[in-house]
Amino acid sequence: MSETLIELREVTRQYDEGPPALRDLTLTVNRGESVAILGPSGSGKSTLLNLIAGLDRPTSGTVTVAGTRVHTLGEAAAARYRRAHIGMVFQFFNLLDDLTVQDNVMLPAQLSGVRGGEARSRAERLLTTLGIARHADAYPGRLSGGERQRVAVARALINEPALLLADEPTGALDTASGVDVQNLIKELHAGGQTILMVTHDLALAEACATRTVHLVDGQVSMDTLTGAPS
Amino acid sequence: MSAVGRVVSSGVGRRRWLQTLVIGLVALMAVATSVLGGALLISSRAPFDTAFAEQNGAHLAALIDAKKVTPEQAAATASATGVVEAAGPFPTGTVAVKGSEANSLALDLVVVGRADPAGAVDKVSLTDGRWATGPNEIVVSNGMNLSVGDTVTSSQTTLTVVGKARSMSDTADAWTSPATLAALTTTTGYQMLYRFSAAATATEMAANRAAVEKALPADAMIAARSWLEVRREAIEAAAVFVPFLIAFGVLALAMSVLIVANVITGSVASAVRRIGILKALGFTPGEVVRAYVGQALLPAAVGALAGVVAGNLLAVPLLARVQVVYGTPKLAVSWWVDVVVVGFVLGLVAGTGWIAALRAGRLSAVDALAVGRTSSGGRGRWAARLVGRLPVPRAVGIGLARPFARPMRAVLLLAAIAFGTAAVTFSVGIGTSLVRVQAAGEHDIADLVVQPPLPTRGEPSAPAEDGPPADPAKVLATIGAQPGTEAAYGERQQPMRMTGAANTVNVVAIVGNAQWNRYEMISGRWYSAIGEATAASGLLKATGKKVGDTVTLTGNAGTATVTVVGEVFESGEAIWADLATVGAAMGETGSSSAARAAGGERGMTRDSFGYYIAITDATDETAYLAQLNPELKNVGLEAFRNPHSTEPLVAALVGLATLVASLLAAAAALGVLNTLMLDLRDRVHDLGVMKAVGMSPGQTVASVIASVVGVGLLGGAAGVPIGMAVHSVTLPTMAGSAGTSLPPFITDVYLPAMLTALVFGGLVVALVGAMIPSGWAARVRTATALRTE
Repeated sequence: MSETLIELREVTRQYDEGPPALRDLTLTVNRGESVAILGPSGSGKSTLLNLIAGLDRPTSGTVTVAGTRVHTLGEAAAARYRRAHIGMVFQFFNLLDDLTVQDNVMLPAQLSGVRGGEARSRAERLLTTLGIARHADAYPGRLSGGERQRVAVARALINEPALLLADEPTGALDTASGVDVQNLIKELHAGGQTILMVTHDLALAEACATRTVHLVDGQVSMDTLTGAPS
Repeated sequence: MSAVGRVVSSGVGRRRWLQTLVIGLVALMAVATSVLGGALLISSRAPFDTAFAEQNGAHLAALIDAKKVTPEQAAATASATGVVEAAGPFPTGTVAVKGSEANSLALDLVVVGRADPAGAVDKVSLTDGRWATGPNEIVVSNGMNLSVGDTVTSSQTTLTVVGKARSMSDTADAWTSPATLAALTTTTGYQMLYRFSAAATATEMAANRAAVEKALPADAMIAARSWLEVRREAIEAAAVFVPFLIAFGVLALAMSVLIVANVITGSVASAVRRIGILKALGFTPGEVVRAYVGQALLPAAVGALAGVVAGNLLAVPLLARVQVVYGTPKLAVSWWVDVVVVGFVLGLVAGTGWIAALRAGRLSAVDALAVGRTSSGGRGRWAARLVGRLPVPRAVGIGLARPFARPMRAVLLLAAIAFGTAAVTFSVGIGTSLVRVQAAGEHDIADLVVQPPLPTRGEPSAPAEDGPPADPAKVLATIGAQPGTEAAYGERQQPMRMTGAANTVNVVAIVGNAQWNRYEMISGRWYSAIGEATAASGLLKATGKKVGDTVTLTGNAGTATVTVVGEVFESGEAIWADLATVGAAMGETGSSSAARAAGGERGMTRDSFGYYIAITDATDETAYLAQLNPELKNVGLEAFRNPHSTEPLVAALVGLATLVASLLAAAAALGVLNTLMLDLRDRVHDLGVMKAVGMSPGQTVASVIASVVGVGLLGGAAGVPIGMAVHSVTLPTMAGSAGTSLPPFITDVYLPAMLTALVFGGLVVALVGAMIPSGWAARVRTATALRTE
C-alpha cells in the first residue's frame, strides 16, 4: 500500500473579498505520484500550491505533508518545513539575478545550515545531472528560459525534498524549452520524486502526470488516474 | 480632485504611510531643533543691551550718605544737569545673613528697601515668586544660590525668600520692604537711580556723576556705579558661553538641512517607477514634479507645525537658563523665528524634492517603468561572490553584499549615519567642553572655605570684635596638619592699579599652591618664584599685555613689579602672585567680618585672607569641620562647606546637547529606516523567493541587519572625525570671537574610549534604523511578496 505524502481535509481558503478560493477541498497524494492540478484561472490552483508549500494558511481545514501539520506552522517553522520537505519551481523561475547559477542552487542548502563545501558539491552534482554545469559561474540573466528553469529545478532539489511543487513550470517557455523541461520532470518522476504541478498545459500534464486533478471554483471537479506518463 | 491631487493623496495615504511618517517626523525634528537653535542664536545678540533697555536700566546707581542728606535732598538730585529720569531714594543697608543649613557660608548682602519692583528707572524683573511686601520677607537677586521658600537668618531674625529678581543695573543683592529693612539694620544710605540724556561714554558718565555730586552736600555720595561698568562685567560673564550657544544653534540648523535633504531625496528617488506609470498615463513632467513635491510637502507641513510646538516647549526651560547667564530678565522664542524656520524647512523639502523629482520627471516613461523590473545591471556581483566565500551564514552574507548592489542608496545610508554620528560626536564634545569651561572659569572645586565667621549681633562691622590678623602661614599649617586635608591655600584680593590697565585689576596674593583649584593655563606656566605672576586671559586681552611682559601694580601700601609668566583661562581682569611678591604693596590685611565686602555667594573675601581646602575622598566633611573649627576659632576664622555655585545653564546646555544629539541621531536613524524600507520594497519579490526556498524570519532579520552593519561602521568611522573636525574648528573660532583662547583642558575632550564608543554609535544608529524594516521583511507574507511586481 502506498504511503500518503499530502493530505488536505475539508480545506477552505477565504480571502477578504469574493468567493472562497478553495471550498471544503479534500485531497490526498501518495509518495511517488506525479499529480497535475488543472483548471481555469481563478479555480484555486495556486492557492492549493501555496497551502501545501506553507506559504499560506487555510481559513479552515487541515493540511498535512510528510506528517507535518502545515496549517499550524508559524513563519519560522514553515521556513524550516520548506527547507526539509519542499522544492519549488516557479513559472518565471524566480532566480536571484545577483547570484551566480551555482550560488542560486546552493542557497536553500546554505540556509539549512549545510556547510559551504557540501552545498557546493551537491550543487555541482545537480548541475551536472541537469546538463547545465557549464553555466555554474554565469548569472541567470545570460541563460535561456529552459536553462533558467533547469537551474530553478536544481535549486528546488538541492535539499532532496520529499515533494517537488511546480507552478506552471513551462508557462514562460518557448516550445522547445517547454519540451526540455517536460522531459526533465518525467526523468525526476521516474527517479521516484513525488511531484505536484499546477498547469494550464494539458500536454505537460499528459506527458508527466500519473494523475490529474481538475479544480473548478475551488473544488475538485474531476480526479483521474492516468497511469504511467506517456 | 485634480489628477495631481489624487496622486498626492494616494502617495501619502495608507500604502505609503511609513514614508509619510518618516518625512513628517524628520520635519518635526528639524523644525524643533532649528527653533531651539534659532532661539539660542537670536538670544545671543546683544542680550545685555536689549534687557537693559527693556528695564529702563540706571545709567548711574548712586549711594548717598544717610547721615549727611535727608531723603528730600536725595530726591532733589533728580533735577541735576543731564538727568532725564530718576528713581529713589531707596533706603539701603548691608545685612549679614547665613543659610539655614549647618556650616553654610555667611554672606553680606547689599539690601535695598523698595515697596515694589516697578518705577521710572531700573524696573526690576521678578523671575520667580513675588515681591517682598510683608515683614521678614526678602527677594534675592538671581545670582544668589537661594530659592523661593528658603530661609536665611540675620542676627535673631529669620527671613523667608519669597521671590527672585533680576536688575540689569545690578542695584542690589536683595530687596525687602522699607519697613523690613529698617527692622534689620540701620539705613546707611539712600540709593538713587538716574538716566541721563548722554551716557554712551566714560567721559559722559564722569560728567554726569559730577553733576549729581554737585547737587549734593560735599562728600555725601558714598559710591556710584556707572552702567558701563555693569555692562562690561555682564558681557564678560556671558562671553564664554556665547560661542557654545551659537555653536549649538548652528549645529541644529546645519544637521536639520542635511537630514531633511537626505530623506526627501531618497523618498523621491525611490518613486521612479511610479513616476513612469504616471507618465505613461499622460502626466506631463511638470505635473509629475508637482505631484511629488506635494507628496513630500504634505507630511512635512504637518511635521513642521508639530515641530514648532515641540521646539517652543523645549525652548522655554532652556531660555530660562540662558537668561540667568546673560543676566536678562526674559527670553522667549520670537514669533518670526518660528515662521522663518517653518518656511525654511518646507522650502528645503520642496527644493530637494523638486530637484529629485525633476530628474525623475525628465526620464522617458519607458526608462522609468523599467526601473525596478530589471536586474541591478550587475552592480555588486563581485561583492556577492566575495561575501559568498566568507565563513558567515548565507543570510548574513547576502545582507553584507547588499550595499554594493545599490551603491547610491548605500551612499544615502552612509550619509545619514555619518551625519548622525558627526552630530553626536560634536554634541558630546561641545557638551564636555562646556562643563570644563565652567570648571576652569570658576576655579571652584575646593570642598571647604575658611573665612571670618558671621557676627552675632545686628551691626555687621563692630570694630571691637576685630582681633589681630591671623598669620596665613600658621593657618595653612593648622589646616595642613588636619587629617584628611588633600590640598589647601590661602588668598587675599585687592583691587590695584596696573600699568597699561584702564580699570583697577583684581590682584590675588596667594599663600601655598592654588593651581589645583582648576586654574587652567592657556600659555606659559603658573608663577613659581618671587617677582612672577600669572595673569587672566581677560586681563591680557584688555591691556594688550602678553606673557613675558613686566607690569607694575600699585596697591594701598606701595607698588610691586611682576613679570607675567603665564596666562590663565579666566575672562575677568585678575592677576595671581605669591603673597611675598605683592603683599607689601597691599599693606596690612583687615582681619574680621568688617573687612568682608559683598563678594557674591561664593563668599570671596576682599582684602582679608580666605582659605580653600580640598579634602580626600575618604574624609567625612562634617567630622573634618568639627575637628578643624575649634582650632580656627582661636585665630578668628571658621571653615564652611563650599556652596559650589552650580551653573544652571551648564546643566541646561548639557541637557540640550544630549537632546540635540538624540534628535539628530533619531533623525539619522529615520533616514536609515526610510532608505532601507525603500530598498526592501524594491526587492520584496527577491525577498519572497528567498523565503520560499527556506529563509526563516530570523534569517531575514539577520540579512537586513547585516546589510547595514558595514555601512553603519563606515558611517560611524566617517562621522566621528567630521564631528571632531567641526568641534576643533568651531570651538577656537567661537572662543576667538568672544575674545578668549581655550586651554587644552577644554579643547582636548575626546578620549580613545569615547571615540570608539562614538564609532559604534554609528552602528547603533544603523541598527535602530534597521529594526522596523527588518521586522517588516520578516513578517511580509511569502505568497504576497512573490506576487509583487
